[in-house]
Amino acid sequence: MAASPDAVPGQKSGGFRAWLNKRMPVDEFVESQLTGYYAPKNFNIWYFFGSLALLVFVLQIVTGIFLTMHYKPSEAAAFDSVEYIMREVEWGWLIRYLHSTGASFFFIVVYLHMFRALMYGSYRAPRELLWILGMFVYLALMAEAFMGYVLPWGNMSYWGAQVIVNLFGTIPVIGPGLVEWIRGDYGIADATLNRFFALHVVALPFAIALLIMLHLVALRQTGSNNPDGIEIKANLGADGKPVDGIPFHPYYTVKDIVGVGVFLIFFCGVVFFAPTFGGLFLEKPNFEPANPLSTPEHIAPVWYFTAYYAMLRAVPDQQLGALLMLLSIVAFFFLPWLDRSPVKSIRYKGWMSKLMLALFVIAFLGLSYLGLQPAEGIYVVFTRIFTVVYFAFFLLMPWYTRAERCKSVPQRVTYHA
Amino acid sequence: MKQIGVPAAIAAAALCLMPLAAPGALAAAGPIAEGGVNWQAWKAGNDVDNLASLQRGARNFMGYCSGCHSLKYKRYARMARDLRIPEEDLERYLLLPGSKTNDYITTSLSAADGEAWFGKAPPDLSLIVRARGADYVFQFLKTFYAEPGAPTGASNLALPGTAMPHVLADLQGVQNAVFQTIEIKGADGAVSTQPAFVRFEPGVPGSMTEAQYDEFVRDTVNFLDYVGEPAQLVRRSVGIWVILFLLAFTGIAYLLKKEYWKDVK
Repeated sequence: MAASPDAVPGQKSGGFRAWLNKRMPVDEFVESQLTGYYAPKNFNIWYFFGSLALLVFVLQIVTGIFLTMHYKPSEAAAFDSVEYIMREVEWGWLIRYLHSTGASFFFIVVYLHMFRALMYGSYRAPRELLWILGMFVYLALMAEAFMGYVLPWGNMSYWGAQVIVNLFGTIPVIGPGLVEWIRGDYGIADATLNRFFALHVVALPFAIALLIMLHLVALRQTGSNNPDGIEIKANLGADGKPVDGIPFHPYYTVKDIVGVGVFLIFFCGVVFFAPTFGGLFLEKPNFEPANPLSTPEHIAPVWYFTAYYAMLRAVPDQQLGALLMLLSIVAFFFLPWLDRSPVKSIRYKGWMSKLMLALFVIAFLGLSYLGLQPAEGIYVVFTRIFTVVYFAFFLLMPWYTRAERCKSVPQRVTYHA
Repeated sequence: MKQIGVPAAIAAAALCLMPLAAPGALAAAGPIAEGGVNWQAWKAGNDVDNLASLQRGARNFMGYCSGCHSLKYKRYARMARDLRIPEEDLERYLLLPGSKTNDYITTSLSAADGEAWFGKAPPDLSLIVRARGADYVFQFLKTFYAEPGAPTGASNLALPGTAMPHVLADLQGVQNAVFQTIEIKGADGAVSTQPAFVRFEPGVPGSMTEAQYDEFVRDTVNFLDYVGEPAQLVRRSVGIWVILFLLAFTGIAYLLKKEYWKDVK
């Protein structure tokens, strides 16, 4: 019997699979990206958050599509349409809470994902570009979250947008014109809401999806780092595969499903039992419609931005504060070149790196808390101290990573079955 | 061209940040004297799972509040369905004249009249508990006191200078507030005096005892809590099943993972 014209060498001829693979490299893709992609076997709990970030992204897209079916992006109808979703759309409240809780959990997951990279030196060569692409995902996510927060058109939406958009006005020369251009009006108004909607549901999700894809492409090229900070590719077995690596599928796919389960327990716990999370995920003033004549008692962004907001208010000068805020984010991009340690992972770094990372985390959490408090008295003092610590972590890094004594790095990864 | 551009923008931004330091647009509640009654600690203690309380609250609202305040996101029919109020009862006792069961709960007081009569249109109360909290509404309805100088003859501790008259005076009675002058040291060291609340004293008695009135207010707040988020009646009970499913799912996923990872050494 003659071979089928769709036969692929090395594969059973005939059938739908052969037909498909002749036309689209499905098996090849699965082989190169999943079953043939080797990941270090010593991943710990910190390695769940990458896949969880992807899960939340998909969740936001799906719930967002359903919200868009009922939401109306206009000054006159936005607030009412959100209440309509909460009350009259079948399961609308669930879709809305999944989306609003998803926004906060996106940041929780991304912050833990970034902290993992800081601990194990995942930003170090050859993963500089992987880190930078991840930072761009984070930046796009910040823009996405900010604009999404404006859409319900509550009073905090309005005043938050007012403060944040006005920051662009501190840019010399072009600032004032730029602010007008962003708003499309002389104040935060219908035009602003409408364009933020366009950016939130079309432009930025596309940008984030593209950046996530590039982030993953770069990851496949370099391979994952691991808690020991050792390159598993440097230690290949007789079959040419890393001896400390295991195929991503099925090992990490089944492991990540457990992570998804645990994550969803926490996530649904908030969605069903504390969707406002004590006013932290959905703030009280945002249940009042936008009112240009009445400012909320304390204007503060949602918790995931408050660290930067605190730094903005750390100095009395607005322009300087805005610059400080910008630098605090830009600093992350330079990490791969600031870290001069001979080792990657915190496990083998000296006490100074450990201390500085701990202080950095305390400063970030402290600033996040202080950003929610009024900028007065003792709060300002602590804000300034934490701001100094925050920047010291970056600026002193070239010095303390070289000055300290590191432990010797093992040849093989640490793994106990 | 525009030389004042940058400073103006900074000033505008600074202006937006000013509320961080200055008190907000809402009048802040005054201080409490040492040993005075701490009304700010009063809790509503309402329970949205208490159906009878919600039904009483609906009756209270329709009887005493709906003359001026709307619940513009709430339909009569939905309220009746959620609170299991029979349609005859809804139509006989709760429906405002001229309204149909599927209408939203509006008020016959127009915003313009409200503004002309009270100086401020009475706000819609659909989201008042979500925006201010149940405790705040409870405290507000409990802390009206006689203030002969005020346009309505009454003032309020939770919302000083409120435009709202003490509508529930028939039930609660009119209480008098005792204040004591205290000295307050400002940040700059300057000393100013301010009246601090000490306690309420009974004035004109109402038709209810204090305990009955507390119950009345609690039911009303409970109803407004439900109106703020009707989904909360089902949210938690759905959530329990979701969490139970996820626990089972995660358990099975963990066993699957263990099976697969057996051969990783």
